[in-house]
Formats: sequence, C-alpha cells, structure tokens
Amino acid sequence: MIQRFMNGKLYPLFVPLISVVLGLFFGALIMLAGGYHPILAYQSIFESVFLQPYYTGETIRTMIPLVLSGLAVAFAFRTGLFNIGVEGQLLAGWFVSVAAAILCDGWPKILLLPLSILAGAAAGAVWGLIPGFLKARFKVHEVISTIMMNYIALYTTNYLIKHYLYTEGERTPTIPDAASLASATLSHLTQGSRLHWGFIVALLAGLLMWFILWQTTRGYELRAVGFSPDAAGYAGMNVGRNILLSMTFSGMFAGLAGAMEGLGTYQYMMINPAFVGIGFSGIAVALLGMNTSLGVFLAGALFATLQTGGLTMQSEAGVPIELINIVIALIIFLVGSSYIIQLVLNRLAKRGEKR
Amino acid sequence: MSYAIEMRHIRKEFPGIVANDDVTLQVKEGEIHALFGENGAGKSTLMNILFGLYQPDAGEIYVKGQKVKISDPNEANRLGIGMVHQHFMLIDKFTVAENIVLGSEPTRGGKLDMNQAVRMVRELSDRYGLDVDPLKKVEDITIGMQQRVEILKTLYRGSDILIFDEPTAVLTPIEIKELMDIMKRLVREGKSIILITHKLKEIFEVSDRCTVIRLGKVIGTVNISETNPSRLAEMMVGRKVRTPVNDTPYAPKEKVLEVKGLTVLDNRKVPAVRQLDLEVHGGEILGIAGVDGNGQTELIEAIAGLRHVQEGQIKLNGQDITGRRTRKIVEAGLGYIPEDRQKHGLILDFTISENMVLQTYYRGPYARAGVLNHKVMARKAKQLIQAFDVRTPSEKTLARSLSGGNQQKVVIAREMDRSPALLMAAQPTRGLDLGAIEFIHNQLLEEKQKGKAVLLVSFELDEILHLSDRIAVIYEGRIMDIVKPKETNENELGLLMAGRKEARRQA
Ligand SMILES: Nc1ncnc2c1ncn2[C@@H]1O[C@H](COP(=O)(O)OP(=O)(O)O)[C@@H](O)[C@H]1O
Ligand SMILES: [Mg+2]
Repeated sequence: MIQRFMNGKLYPLFVPLISVVLGLFFGALIMLAGGYHPILAYQSIFESVFLQPYYTGETIRTMIPLVLSGLAVAFAFRTGLFNIGVEGQLLAGWFVSVAAAILCDGWPKILLLPLSILAGAAAGAVWGLIPGFLKARFKVHEVISTIMMNYIALYTTNYLIKHYLYTEGERTPTIPDAASLASATLSHLTQGSRLHWGFIVALLAGLLMWFILWQTTRGYELRAVGFSPDAAGYAGMNVGRNILLSMTFSGMFAGLAGAMEGLGTYQYMMINPAFVGIGFSGIAVALLGMNTSLGVFLAGALFATLQTGGLTMQSEAGVPIELINIVIALIIFLVGSSYIIQLVLNRLAKRGEKR
Repeated sequence: MSYAIEMRHIRKEFPGIVANDDVTLQVKEGEIHALFGENGAGKSTLMNILFGLYQPDAGEIYVKGQKVKISDPNEANRLGIGMVHQHFMLIDKFTVAENIVLGSEPTRGGKLDMNQAVRMVRELSDRYGLDVDPLKKVEDITIGMQQRVEILKTLYRGSDILIFDEPTAVLTPIEIKELMDIMKRLVREGKSIILITHKLKEIFEVSDRCTVIRLGKVIGTVNISETNPSRLAEMMVGRKVRTPVNDTPYAPKEKVLEVKGLTVLDNRKVPAVRQLDLEVHGGEILGIAGVDGNGQTELIEAIAGLRHVQEGQIKLNGQDITGRRTRKIVEAGLGYIPEDRQKHGLILDFTISENMVLQTYYRGPYARAGVLNHKVMARKAKQLIQAFDVRTPSEKTLARSLSGGNQQKVVIAREMDRSPALLMAAQPTRGLDLGAIEFIHNQLLEEKQKGKAVLLVSFELDEILHLSDRIAVIYEGRIMDIVKPKETNENELGLLMAGRKEARRQA
C-alpha cells in the first residue's frame, strides 16, 4: 500500500502535508502542556480568518509579500541557487518604490503607479544581480554574498531615509495617492482592513514565474543549469549568464514584495532597527511550497492565516501569540527534515515489501 | 556429489516485476561459475538473496548440501559466503588492515592488536597473491587495489564461496587481467566463485561453467569448454547477435575535422595534448586508441569548445572553430556523445522529451520567440524513442529512471538526429550490455555510410579494431602513429599505446 502510494503522483505532496498536520499537532501538545486549550485556539484562528471579513482581508494582505518573497526564493532555487538575500532585495525594492513615488509626485496615477512598482522591482533586481555577478564571474558563494547584501540594504536604506526623505515618526513621508495601491473599496469590503490591490501583482508574479520557468527557452536553460551545470555547459548553454539572470529575476520578485509594503500596506517606509523578516519567511514559504508557483501561494496562505489568526487566538482563546510562532517553526522544521520523513517512509515500505 | 551452493526454484517479485522466476543455480566446489545476463536480468537480485539481503518469495537454498535459511548478511558470512560488491564499502581514512579487520578485530587482553591484524592481512595477501600493503590508507590506493581489499575482507572472515558482482566494470584493462589471475589463484586454493558479468570475454577467460539468465528466468547452464561466445550471446539476448564490423569499403571524402599543432592543458595546468595533428574525413571512422589519461579527454573537450586551446587550430567543415563557444561549434556541425552520459550527456531530472532537445530547444520548431512548443518537443521525442528503441513508459519519464543502455540511446538519438558532420563518441558503450552495444555500433557504422565523419575514443581495443577505418594511437598527448586495423593487431597497438614506436617494424 505504502509502496503504491510512494510511486504515485500525489507522493510529492505528502511531505508538506504531513509536516503541516504534524506541526499543528505538536503545537497542540505544547498548548496542552502550557495549560491552554488547543481546540479553542485553532477554532478562533479559523473563525476569525474565514468568518470575519476584517481578518480575511488582513490575511490576504499579509500573504502578498510572503508569496512574492517565496517566489523569489523558489525561482533562484530552480537554478540551484540559495537566495538568502530576499530580505535585502525586498528592502531595496521598498525604498526605491517609495522614493520614486515621492520624487515624481504630481504625475498622473496611470504613470506614477506602474513607475513606482517597476522602480521597486528594478531595485530588487539590481540587488540580486550583484551577488549573481559575483557568483558567475568570481565563484563567490551566493549565500555569503547575499547575507552581506542584506546588511548593506538595511543600513543603506536607513541612512537614505534619515538624510534625504525623513519625516516625523522615523519614516519617509507618505507617498502621493497617485502611487498608492490602497483601495477604499477593498478596505470597505473587508470592514477596514489594509487589503490593497497588491494581491493582483502577486497573482501576476506567480503566473509570470510559472510561465518563465516552464514555457520559455530561458526557463528551460535556468532549470537545466539548476539540475546539472555540467551537462548544461556540455549542451552549449552559458552557465554564468544563467546564474546572473536567475538572481536578477529572483531579486525582481523580492523587490516587488518590498514595493507592495511601501505602496500598499504602509504607504511609506520606516527606519528599520532590524530586518523585517518577510524575506526570511520567504525561504520557509518556498520550502513548504516545493518551489512551485501554486505551492508558494498555498504555503503563503497558510503562514498568513496562522500569523493573522494568531492575533485573535491571543485575545479570544487567551493563548499567547508566541505559540503560533512555535507552530510555524515546527512546520518549517518538519519540512526541512523531510529527508528523515522520507527515510522512515522508505523503511515502512521495505518492511511492507518483505511481508 | 554435493554442491557448494544450490539455489532451487527461487522466486522473487518486486512491485510490477518478477526479478527471479523459478531460478535454479548449482555451483560446484572449486569452480568459477559465471552468472551471465543483460542488465536487469535479475543477477544481482539472486545474489542479494544468497547473501541474505533479500528474502526469496519461494524456493530453497542449500549450502554444501545443508538446507539453510539466510536471514541476513551475518548469517551468510557464518555460512562462508562473502560478497565483493560493485560499490566498495571502505573507510577512506583507515588503513587497509584496519578496514579489513573492522567488525571482527583481533584482540589481545581486550585490546585491539593492530600488529596481529597487519600480520594476518599480510599473510592472506601473500597466500592469494594479492600484493596489498596493509599499512597504506585506502584513500591512497587505486580502485583496483580497493577491490582487492574487499576480497581480503571476505577471505579474512573465512569465506570460501565468493560472489563478485560485475567486478570489472570499474577496472582498467590491466587491472582486469590481474583480477582474472587472482580469481584463478583463489579457486586453486579451494575457494568457489560466482562471477556476475555481462562480458563474454571474461567468461571465456576464467569460468568453468555458466548459467544464463534472461528476464528473471534461467535459460540454461553450460560448460564453457563445450560452447562458444556467439552461442552464449544468443542465449543471453534471445536472438542471434552479430558483432557489427566495419566491412564497407574505405572511401574517405572531404576533410571534416582538421586539428593542427594543438596544445591543451589539463586541470593541473600541465600540457595534456601536445602539438597534436589529426584529420578526420567524411565517410570514415577514426578510432583513437590509448591508455586512459594520455590526453584523450582533453583533446575531445578542446574540440567541443569545453576546454581552452593553448596553441594550435581546430577546423570543422572548413570553419575555424578554435576558441569558439560550444554552442557555435555545435551549430557548425558537431555531435558529441560524452564519456560520462549521466554527468555530461543528460540532465537526469529532465524528462526524455526535454533531454532530446538539449542543444536545439532555442530554435524552431521547438521554440518561437523564446517560448517553448511542448507539443512539437513531445512529438519529436516519441519519434526518436520509437526509432532508437528506447525502453520507457513514455516521453515524460525522467531520464534518471532509465537504465544505462536506454540513457545512452537517448543521447545517441539526440546527437544523430541533428545529423552532424562530425560525431565524436567517447566510450560510447562503457557499462552497456551486448544488445545495446550491438545497437550503438550499428549506429556508428550507419553514420559512416551516410558520409559523416566519426571520431571514436575507446579504451576497448576490440571496439576500436572492429569499427575503425583508421586507428590513431595517442600517447602522452601526441599521436604515436596511425595504422589500418587490417594491418595491425592487439600486440602492436599495445606497444604503441605504451609509447614504443620502434616496435612497429618488429611486430
Ligand atoms: N529493490 C528493488 N525494488 C524494485 N525493483 C527492483 C529492485 N531491485 C531490482 N529490481 C528490478 O528487478 C529486475 C532485476 O534487477 P537486477 O537483479 O538488479 O538485475 P541485474 O543485476 O541482472 O542487472 C530489474 O528490472 C530491476 O529494476
Ligand atoms: Mg546488477
């Protein structure tokens, strides 16, 4: 039985699914141990996110940058690159989109909004291109260089805000309406949530990633290089150029994630004392989503649900929000150790076969 | 008389496949018994049952006349059965002696007695002529030596029935010769040997009897002295196998490849190809013979644009391709079957369909304006799968899950379909079974007949002698001499390969 299942089409879905179920289960055990009521806790999450429009709206809003970050990580991973630099690319995109919007104040919306979004995407792309270039040209490992690029992005954006775009409240001025993704309609529909049009950008980005990877010759090359740089080189592909491009596309998705925060959720950029963390969550989202567009959406939805619902869980079930972070961490841990899960499954299958 | 090993009516099923079907194997004491069959015939499965790694679904096993149940490898060891695996299980950082005694170390007063261990290993090594240095670290010895360490491991544990699973697949020709001698010595000393192989030559060189397996069933057991290679090959494949030979007239046409004064460095930046000149014409197969490591790899990589040309010129179809990118060279008319098909010839995690267009995906009809046309790709793949008889459930199957022979067929189908002016084939049949080798040899001959140029690099002299119109012997990065197969023999080639040109006249 296990054997047949393992050879089946659904098998790849198994690890993420079982990780989620086990993560929720162990989370429940920890709640019990802490004297909390797990069923009540999960129920309150569920009820708020699915039955209260405000929380539904907030969940989707949280999802937008998570999904875009996840796409960024997944895209690079398809080319065999581990982009830890999504966080920095996101900050670069956030800042440049906001700065572009403020600097070009007075332009009509039809120009200014696309310009600001594209400016953010371009900034992220450049921030990804640099480590891509270092890897392709000098074989500098992308994990090291992207981590350094994260710090450079954090401190540079803070510096630029402080010296050139500062306003009261440790932040930039608010962007002009013409550059804003916020929507009174959406907000009204969701009883005052900060849901904005960025979800369309996220959807388009997901489609774009799928299209590039699976429908274009470029994507074919990127995946070939990801699976086997040697064979790709033997087939006449330019491995270095593909590495560079992969990091650039990846950075572009991350830059979009930043633009969504700047133009949608906040309408400005604040001075960040530390990393915002969305870029790092993107790694988990991509991992759980198995580096596919659809998977990244589902994983993003799950994490957003837990994060947003966690707030009501605290108020209604009296369970501290930290517990939700534990559940999220558990799920990530379980997916990460999927190797072990697969090993156990293989064992079980073997034993079944022996009998 | 009782047999050393008798396996009766063994059956073993894996999901969807019967790997062993009513298999009976009788191994006499003191004989070398070959187990012969194509890849996937079920040889390893049968031996894994004998070694206690798998349990049979049905059947009985007798060791020296006693009925036994072999539940695990320890039990097999206890019964005197030892297995030399294809993939060695040695610890690199340990010495030979440490590796050999690992798990049943000699002790003195509860303490490991390393001197004793070294002495015992040396004794065994001398007795069977293995010539192994017990104090060397495993990482410092050759693959051939590592295999001998594996043999010593089984001897140290007192095995008197030794199973060798395709032992020559990883060895050089000289090491193979030495291994054959070792096996003969082992049986002289009273051991019994089961030799798994799909190479006819080895069977006729050492074994006494041979059991042929095809698709999980025993076709028969024969005395080697009473059969001949083509009979045996026929039993294995299930039909007549003709060794393809190059018997069409040699009528070279225009120069297709021209290499002049070529110097190429190896990975350590030492010249591996030195001032080499070479020409290949349309309508000929030029075989390059040589011992591994004399510049063959560097030469073909330089031609393919994968390695920097230090000095000299390469012309393909009259175009100067020196220093060009691989893609440009492929477009100029190069087809290339790389030595390592898994690492260089295929993207293992791509489907067959994707692999079939590895050099052409960016061109029509497979793509337009940068967008792939999956339908056309699939149609092409289906056509090639059929034409080249690739055994696969569908064109969407991952290359990884194909057998070695079928993977090679995918590479060959792809390269030939482009109809390149020059086809370079590096070790195109390494590790493949008879049926697949026959197929590939026929394909190469067909290219010649189509008037294409073929550059064949191989360490197998037989292959070179059978297929080539001219043989270029490479030694230390230079062409020693170019000879016609009809005017030479293995002896002369062997001397040339060792760098002895004066031998030419005497041979
Ligand atoms: N552990 C296994 N699970 C499923 N199928 C197997 C397993 N081992 C071998 N097979 C299948 O059984 C058949 C015989 O394999 P094997 O004994 O390895 O052949 P050989 O050693 O003769 O090349 C092949 O079709 C192979 O795919
Ligand atoms: Mg085998």
